[in-house]
Amino acid sequence: MDRLLKKQKLAGVISIIIVPGQILLRAIGSDGEMSHSSVASGSLPTIPPLLALVIRPLPLLPLQFALGGFLARILRRNPGLLDRLGQHRRARFGIKPVDLPFAFIVEATPPRLLVLRELPQGLDACVSASLANLLALVEGRVDGDALMFSRQLGIEGDMEAVLALRNAIDDARLDLAEELASLFGPLGEPVRRSFEAARDRLTGSPQEQR
Amino acid sequence: MELICPAGTPAALRSAIDAGADAVYCGFNDETNARNFPGLNFSRDELRKGIAFAHGRGARILVAINTFPRASSVALWQRAVDDAVAAGADALIVADIGLMDYVAKRHPGQRLHVSVQAAAANPDAIAFYVGTFGARRVVLPRVLSVAEIAEITRETTCETEVFVFGGLCVMAEGRCSLSSYATGKSPNMQGVCSPASHVAYEDTVRGTTSRLGGFTINRFAPQEAAGYPTLCKGRFSTAHGDGYIFEDPVSLDATTLLTGLKSAGVAALKIEGRQRGRAYIESVVRHFRRALDTLEQGREADIVSLKPFTEGQATTLGAYRKTWR
Repeated sequence: MDRLLKKQKLAGVISIIIVPGQILLRAIGSDGEMSHSSVASGSLPTIPPLLALVIRPLPLLPLQFALGGFLARILRRNPGLLDRLGQHRRARFGIKPVDLPFAFIVEATPPRLLVLRELPQGLDACVSASLANLLALVEGRVDGDALMFSRQLGIEGDMEAVLALRNAIDDARLDLAEELASLFGPLGEPVRRSFEAARDRLTGSPQEQR
Repeated sequence: MELICPAGTPAALRSAIDAGADAVYCGFNDETNARNFPGLNFSRDELRKGIAFAHGRGARILVAINTFPRASSVALWQRAVDDAVAAGADALIVADIGLMDYVAKRHPGQRLHVSVQAAAANPDAIAFYVGTFGARRVVLPRVLSVAEIAEITRETTCETEVFVFGGLCVMAEGRCSLSSYATGKSPNMQGVCSPASHVAYEDTVRGTTSRLGGFTINRFAPQEAAGYPTLCKGRFSTAHGDGYIFEDPVSLDATTLLTGLKSAGVAALKIEGRQRGRAYIESVVRHFRRALDTLEQGREADIVSLKPFTEGQATTLGAYRKTWR
């Protein structure tokens, strides 16, 4: 045991005090080297900071209007999403793309989406990642746990709500290009192709992902 | 060797079969299975449809009813058995001897597998399950070396199944009370190890702190690879030093041992991860499908890094090679 423990150099440690009938754990924290290989290679690209700076002054209301309608349509076309959300269907989720100068509050019932510069306190749960990773998560092209292990995904708040959301989305097999194209009727096909080209440039093609 | 793959949702079930699973294991969305997490698992109707989908593609569905019934609620587990049989499950994966007895008496024709949660780790224990309940397969606990698996398989009249990839448990499967102590909810009876309702993360400049039931169990530096928020993979300071005193946050990857497991007479290889997303299922199942097909052609399996999918971004051969002894 001594040798095993001495081999590990830790970035943060916890103390465990065992007394009759109870175990008390205490964080003591220290700095040091990591004991494992670092974050997985092959991370998806992020929005260039210069581009993020350029879009920062843009008004948010048109984006909120467009995305709100898109959310409502996705929920109408995929009723199984609400079933899997179960008791968390009324939860308020904060979604923060870490490489964009704004964030979203998403509610499933009733469907509502707000675009804000910063997320407020008091939300049920918050999820943060790069835009590319968030899009890939929505389409089930990356694994949420793997993103968490590699520290590319941040989660806070009600973990039951987060898990329900992740599992509901993963089961829905959403194809955002298809969902978007369905909004445009006969013009849907060119819209789909444009979205797919933009998405694949950002997140890699589905084949590359797999 | 058969490839047995996890599915926590109907979409994951389809992904697993499309990626080459011979069989998929799944559970109902209640306490009767050991992955009882929000938004996960199957309704009765989803299971029926999943079985029809699988059978249409030549694959089988194994239903995990692998938690231990509580004295006041045995009917919930018995109903799960009845419904899985009625849905056409190809096998039931069961841990509790009372429930195995129910399966054997009420559904004598139903194929029965002994869950890893039963911790049947020697030929005598396995012979009991085979002789008493007619078990056809035992999922061996992750405490055995390849040599020990070969010996057990030789002395056992039923098939053996072993894990080849995914999360690891501490070395007393089905008997762990760490999560129960911290949260009041049992992985063995309610199917929730580190229930999400009791998990909290806090981000600070020093990194991310994970807590379970109010206990601080780990802190990861900003770029440091992380693991699940389980007590067994918490970092502690003891009289022996600081570190992971139960387990490191790593995942099992036995790709390099497939030849040895085949020689050992193992009938089926299992991938852990019903709680994981479709991307994990597709990639890991496809990898092991290719590896097994290559093995069938008499060649060694290609080594492909699955580390991006693993806890702590690290892999281990676990007890299969007991270098820690």
